[in-house]
Amino acid sequence: MALGLIRPVVSRLGQSALVLLAMSFVVYGLMGLMPGDPIDLMIAGDPRLTAADALRLKALYGLDRPWIERWLGWLTQALQGEFGYSRLYALPVAAAMLPAIANTALLMVSALTLSLAIAIPLGLWAARKPGSAADILVNLLAFASVSVPVFWLGLMLIVLFSVSLGWLPAGGLNTIGGPDSLGDRLAHLALPVSTLALAGLGQFARHMRAAMIVESGRDYIRTARAKGCSPVRVLLRHQLRNALLPVVTIVALEIGGLFSGALVTETVFAWPGMGRLIYASVMGNDFNLALSGLLLATAMTLVGSVLADLAYWQLDPRVRGR
Amino acid sequence: MRRSLAILSLILSLAVPIAAPARESLTIGLSQYPVTLNPLIESMLAKTYVLAFVHRPITAYDPSWTLVCLLCETLPTLENGLARIETLPGGKKGIAVTYALKADARWGDGTPVSSADVAFTWTVGRHPRSGVSNSELFNRITRVEILDARRFTLHFDRVTFDYNAINDLRLLPAHIERPRFEAAPESYRTQTAYEQDSTNPGLYNGPYRIAGLERGSHILLVRNPHWSGPRPGFDRIQIRTIENSAAMEAHLLSGGVDMIAGELGLPLEQALALEKRQGSRFTFITRPGLVYEHLDVNLSSPILADRRVRRALLAALDRDGLTRQLFDGRQPVAATMVPQLDWVFAEDVPAAKYDPAAASALLDEAGWRSGPGGIRVNAQGDKLALELLTTAGNRSRELVAQVIQAQWRKVGIDLKLRTEPPRVMFGDTVSQRKFPHLAMFAWYSAPESVPRSTLHSTLIPTAANNWAGQNYPGYASPKMDALLDAIEIETDRPRRKALWRDLQRLYAEDLPALPLYFRADPFILPKGMSGLSPTGHQDPSPYWVEQWRWD
Repeated sequence: MALGLIRPVVSRLGQSALVLLAMSFVVYGLMGLMPGDPIDLMIAGDPRLTAADALRLKALYGLDRPWIERWLGWLTQALQGEFGYSRLYALPVAAAMLPAIANTALLMVSALTLSLAIAIPLGLWAARKPGSAADILVNLLAFASVSVPVFWLGLMLIVLFSVSLGWLPAGGLNTIGGPDSLGDRLAHLALPVSTLALAGLGQFARHMRAAMIVESGRDYIRTARAKGCSPVRVLLRHQLRNALLPVVTIVALEIGGLFSGALVTETVFAWPGMGRLIYASVMGNDFNLALSGLLLATAMTLVGSVLADLAYWQLDPRVRGR
Repeated sequence: MRRSLAILSLILSLAVPIAAPARESLTIGLSQYPVTLNPLIESMLAKTYVLAFVHRPITAYDPSWTLVCLLCETLPTLENGLARIETLPGGKKGIAVTYALKADARWGDGTPVSSADVAFTWTVGRHPRSGVSNSELFNRITRVEILDARRFTLHFDRVTFDYNAINDLRLLPAHIERPRFEAAPESYRTQTAYEQDSTNPGLYNGPYRIAGLERGSHILLVRNPHWSGPRPGFDRIQIRTIENSAAMEAHLLSGGVDMIAGELGLPLEQALALEKRQGSRFTFITRPGLVYEHLDVNLSSPILADRRVRRALLAALDRDGLTRQLFDGRQPVAATMVPQLDWVFAEDVPAAKYDPAAASALLDEAGWRSGPGGIRVNAQGDKLALELLTTAGNRSRELVAQVIQAQWRKVGIDLKLRTEPPRVMFGDTVSQRKFPHLAMFAWYSAPESVPRSTLHSTLIPTAANNWAGQNYPGYASPKMDALLDAIEIETDRPRRKALWRDLQRLYAEDLPALPLYFRADPFILPKGMSGLSPTGHQDPSPYWVEQWRWD
C-alpha cells in the first residue's frame, strides 16, 4: 500500500471510532428512553409478580440505575473486550450473535453475489443502445425490482415454488433432524437468496447502465477507439473500469447490511439471522445484544466505506496520483 | 402487510398443495421462540409450550380444568389426609401438604426424580438473586420436609383453597443444576445447563427430550428412553418458529409444518378463512378458554366514575352480534371474567343484554342529553367523548374497536380510537394508568384464578408500589376486597362457590371492566391425527402429548 494512502485510512478509522462511540451513546439512550423496561413487561404479563419481585429483578438486571450510568459501565467493559450477557438468551453476547451473523452473512453474501452477477451484465446490455428494446426491458425489470415489496415477493415465491410446485422448502435453515447435506442447505437457501437478489438487482442494474452511458461519451473512450482498440477491450478495459466506481460505492455501503440482516426476508422465511435478532433484542430491551448488533452493523458500514476508498484507489489512477 | 395477507390468501386458495406429512415425525409451527428453557426463569408462553413436551410439572390442570397429578402419585387433599392444617409459630394457621413422586419418574439420563430435586428447586426459587421471576409460591413455602427419596411435605405459611396446586414448582435436576447454582447463585440464570448444555438428556423428565436446537429457528425433540408413561405416537417432533402468520400459513400448505399450535399460532380470523378453503385437508379445532378480552375502565375519569355510564356503555354493545359477525360465533360473550367452563361460574348472574333504549335511558339519567350532531352533552355543555386504547397490529382488536365505535355512536357517544405498540401500551400507558378512559386487551389465567391482582384495592399500580398489581381501572371496593380475601382461604367448595357467585354479581354490577368475550385459539392439525385436546387455559395441550396419535 502506498504511503500516501496510510494517512487518510488511519484518519478514516479514527473518525469511525468516534462515530461508533457516538452511536453507542445514542442507541443506548434511545433504548433507555423507550417506555417500559423488561421487568415492567414481565409484571404486566404475569399477575403473580409482586412489587418485591419487581424491585428484586430490576436490581438483579441493573435496571434500577440511570441509563447513563449503565452506558458508562457497558463502555468500560466493552473497551476491555467484554460485551456482557444477553438478557434474552442468557448467553454471552458473542455466543448469541455468532450463529446469527453466520446465517446472515451466508444469506446476504449469496444474495449480493447473485444480484451483482445478474445486474452488471443487464446494465451493460441496456447501456449498449439507450432507448432500444433491451434498454426498455432492463429498465422495466429494474423498476419492478426496486418497487415490489420484499415481503410480497418472498410470499409469492413461497406460493409458487413451495406450495404449488413443491420444489423447494418454504423456509428454515435446513430440514430439522434430516441429513445436514449441502443440497439440503442450498435448497433452503434458494428462495430467500432469490428474493433478496431480485429485490436488489434493480438498483445495481440502473447504476451500471447510467454509469456506462455517461462513460461512453467521454474523450478517452473516443481516443481508445481511434487508437484501434477492439470494442471488447474498450468496453471492459476502459469503459467498465470507470463505470464500476459508483457501483463499488453502493456495494461497499451494502457491507453493513451483510451483518445487520434483512428483517423482512428473515421473518418470511423463518431464517434466524441478525435482522430478527436485533429486532427481538430491541423489542425485548436486551441492551447488550441490541447495542452490539447495531454497532456491528455500523462498524461494518464504516469499514465498507474505507474499503470503497481503497477500491477507488485501485480502480482510478487519478485517486492514486493525489 | 394487510393487503399482502389478503392477496396471499387469495393466491393460496388457488394453490394446489403438494407435500404429505411423514408419520414417524410431526412438525409444529409456533409463532415465537422461547428465550430460555430454564423452567423457573422468565415467564413466556413459548417456553411453557416447548417445555410441556419434555418437562412435567408435579401438578397441572387437565383439559377438563381439573387439578391432576402429572409427576405425583395422588393429589393431596384435606379429605384424604395428605394435607393437614397446622399452627405456625406465632399462632397463625398454615398447611402441610405431602406429595409422593411417581416411583418410575426419571430424568432423561436415568436418574430418578427425587425429593432432593424438590428441595433444591425450592432453594433456587427463594434465592433473591437466582433470577427466578415469580417467587410467590416459593416464598409461601416455609419449609420442605423430605420424608424419603420420593415423599416430601411442603409447609405453607397460610391456608389457601388451592393449597395442593403446585404447578409453578417446576423441578430442576439437582444432580446437574446444583453445582452450577452453588458456584454463584447470582450467575445461575446465565450458567444454568438449560442454556449452556440444552441437549443434556438429564434436564428433561417428560416423554420427549431436546435433541437439538437452532436458536430462533427450531427445536428437535426425540423420545425420552426413560419415560415410563404411555409411548408417544411420534419418534420425533420438530418445533419450527415462524413469526409471520402469512408465512406460517404458506408453510402449512407447502408441508413445511404439519400442524399449527393453537397456543401460539394463527389469529382466529385467519384460521377461519383457511378453514373455509382447506377444511377438507386439515382438522380445525377451536375451543374458547380463559383468555378474557375486555375493556378496562379508568375509574379516575369523572365520566366513567359514574356506574350508570358504564352500564350504558355495556348495554349499547351488541356483543353477540359482534362475535357472530367477526368470529363466526366461536368466541362466547363474557358475562364477567369467569368463563362458563369454570366450575365457579355463576349461572344466575345476569349477563348484560344488548339494549340501546336502556343505554339511552341510563345516559339521560346520568345527565348526558342529546346534543348537536347527535353526540350527548352534559349540563356544562361538555361532549360525551371517550378514548379507547388498544394494541397496534392486532387485527381482531382493531376490528372490534371499530364495531364498538359504530355501536356507541348510535347512542350518542363519540369514541376516539388509539393504538399503541404492545410494549408501549403494557410497559407504560396501561401499567401506569395513563389511559384516559378505556383500554382493550386480554387477561390469561388459570381455572379458578382469584382476580386479586386485577380487583383488589391494594393492587392499584402506583409509583409507591413500583407499579406492581394489575388493578388498572383503580377499582376500590371494600366488599370486593373482602370477597377476594375470603375466597382465597375458603377450602370448602360449596361455600367457596357461593363467594364466587357474590363476586361475579358485584363485578357485573360495578363493572370495573366491560366484559367482551373469551378468546378461542385455533388448532390446525393434519387429517388423521387425533388425541390432541386443547385445554383453554395456561397449561398447554402438549402436557398430554403421549395421547397424540395417527389414526
